[in-house]
Amino acid sequence: MAHVEGQQHPLKIYFWIWGLLFLLSAFSYGTDFLPDGYFRLGLILLFMLLKAGFIVAIFMHMAWERVALICAIIGPPTVLLVLIGLMAVEGDYTVLTRLDFFSEPPAPAGVEHH
Amino acid sequence: MAQDGVTAAAHAPAPEGWQSFVSDWSSDKQTFHVPWGKAMMWIFLLSDTFIFTCFLTGYMNVRISSSVPWPNPSEVFALTFFGQSIPLILIAIMTFVLITSSGTMALAVNFGYRRDRARAASLMLITAAFGAVFVGMQAFEWTKLITEGVRPWTNPMGAEQFGAAFFMITGFHGLHVSAGVIYLTIIAMRIVNGFYERRGGNYEIVEIAGLYWHFVDLVWVFIFAVFYLW
Repeated sequence: MAHVEGQQHPLKIYFWIWGLLFLLSAFSYGTDFLPDGYFRLGLILLFMLLKAGFIVAIFMHMAWERVALICAIIGPPTVLLVLIGLMAVEGDYTVLTRLDFFSEPPAPAGVEHH
Repeated sequence: MAQDGVTAAAHAPAPEGWQSFVSDWSSDKQTFHVPWGKAMMWIFLLSDTFIFTCFLTGYMNVRISSSVPWPNPSEVFALTFFGQSIPLILIAIMTFVLITSSGTMALAVNFGYRRDRARAASLMLITAAFGAVFVGMQAFEWTKLITEGVRPWTNPMGAEQFGAAFFMITGFHGLHVSAGVIYLTIIAMRIVNGFYERRGGNYEIVEIAGLYWHFVDLVWVFIFAVFYLW
């Protein structure tokens, strides 16, 4: 067994990542003061993925795990991207349908409805 | 070990039906060369990933599909200090509390493997205390929103789905934090009273508990980004 001694790494790396997570969280909070738009949304997602990556790789020691375990844990959630994509498309369709059917001003009497 | 397995299988009669099912899965094969507790914790966390993703995806879907304006979280979660309204400040503090607790947990794992029982246990208790602070702040946040009239089925600020998504997602995450506080406290007590010393001084359990705690922090990273910042 290669990992009998467990995951032991110098403390220095934890302090570095700790500081980095603080910095990234501050940046995340900072996006709240930016104007809404794709730039802000992109930054939110970028900082989110960076923080998540550092937590999984360093704090949860995934970077030093065996490839079999990494694939078994990181692989399956990638299918969730398909679900997220489908639900985003579906949500767009639903809101457009709602706007189309529910927001129309009532048609004046006598005018043919189409 | 593999050699023994092959010879044993060659001599024994080939099992059939459910017996073959059991023998196929239990034969002398090991995929994950890590302690079994760690592999099981990872698989549990994988299932939890699916649950939280389903919640967040459901939230995304109702938010996109609502034709009623969504309440602005930046204003809903603002607090007023000294007459100044600071947007989202409570949530920002909660984020920093949880990240701090993740750091202390990472150190506890390290001291656990060094068999430094006093430091490992006290760092775990500090982690649990930060977790309790987090849950306390969440209780404050819930109270604030409930007094403002937010319910899972309605809210005075806009789309009804806001209340449903808020209570469901933060409630489920808060339950995880609360369970983590209890879990870490139990493990820390066992470290102190020598439970693991009597079992050969193996402190893998600290890393396994740490995985759970970091996962709770990880989920908060996603909730903070997509629920509070978006």
